[in-house]
Amino acid sequence: MSEPEPPKAAPTDADRAELRRHGVLLTSMDELCAWGRSHSVWPLQFGLACCAIEMIAASMARFDIARFGSEVFRASPRQADLLIVSGTVTKKMAPAVVRLWNQMPDPKYCIAMGACAISGGPFKQGYNVLKGIDRYVPVDIYIPGCPPRPEALLHGLMRLQERIRERAVDGAGRVTGAAAAECPVPEYGGHDLEPPQNPGLWQPPVLVRKDGA
Amino acid sequence: MESAEQIRERILAGVPGADISVLPNPAPSAQHSILLGPGRAREIAIFLRDAPGLKLDLCSNATGVDWPQHGYLEVVYHLYSVELKHGPVVIRQRTANRGDAVTLPSLTPVWRSCEFQEREIFDLFGVVFDGHPDLRRLLMWDEFKDHPMRKDYVEPDDFEWEPTPHGDVLAKARGHYPAAVPKEGPAP
Repeated sequence: MSEPEPPKAAPTDADRAELRRHGVLLTSMDELCAWGRSHSVWPLQFGLACCAIEMIAASMARFDIARFGSEVFRASPRQADLLIVSGTVTKKMAPAVVRLWNQMPDPKYCIAMGACAISGGPFKQGYNVLKGIDRYVPVDIYIPGCPPRPEALLHGLMRLQERIRERAVDGAGRVTGAAAAECPVPEYGGHDLEPPQNPGLWQPPVLVRKDGA
Repeated sequence: MESAEQIRERILAGVPGADISVLPNPAPSAQHSILLGPGRAREIAIFLRDAPGLKLDLCSNATGVDWPQHGYLEVVYHLYSVELKHGPVVIRQRTANRGDAVTLPSLTPVWRSCEFQEREIFDLFGVVFDGHPDLRRLLMWDEFKDHPMRKDYVEPDDFEWEPTPHGDVLAKARGHYPAAVPKEGPAP
């Protein structure tokens, strides 16, 4: 058995613009596939809180997420490419979110939309709110805001499209370098979720106090 | 609407020997409440609902209060009459203590709208309602053991500390983050 090939450095959008200037539109089959995938990102139809209202607004005529090929909100995780965690994830809901993520087929991507999905937001000191979905699920794009406006969601989607074009997909359909496809689903414990985070994905930041006490 | 004292007289006339007292509210709202003693609360509640002239047919709200300084848990119900268009009448019940004797008679058989509210009180305060048709946790998961709205509840310490804490947050953050190691030599 040979060593797996190191992932090729995929061309960036700047490289592509340069190639286009010279009249080259597509360079390889991978490029064609990545271009196609980046313009047909189907999100899971899944909303948790007020951010979901902005997500709905983004899908309506004024903002029109269909311009980016992402208007096909799928009701089943088996058909979705993108998990938009739009809103506060309570600890009671967190195992369900992780399970939805596990049920999505590769290649799959996750957007944490809004302050709550990123860090717990205004509820970060609450006993019942998960302090960021990145404790259990690998997040590709963080969109700050409370809630972010539809433009911000569209901007996040455009950044995700850039990432899709930059990152190759391996033979099994997985994004090269992505975290494990199956994330362990936390259990309901007596006082908190168990484990409180997936240590392979998230570690508490090491901060140093300034006071010297 | 009759005053709390008048309603107390009515209850004593309708349910002889009922153990009730009026709790005055010194605040400007002057919303005095009626404390139902243990034992006959269900009977008194049925009287309040059915007595002509009161007809308190709607329980709009039930909530809990934790009084660690007094050593009991309290449940507060707000009653209105849709038929006679008056209210609210506030009634309260108190548990014997905050530990093992936290059982109170459920008023869900009297006012069906109490069902979820009493489940919430059971979940967050730990009051056990005797006679409730479906007493389970409402907001937290079934395996959860604590009662988060009690004042001595200690929440899981799992949020990211702000880098510049102060006050109470600083006191807590001291236990989490190491202090900066003083750098050798003059500060930059």
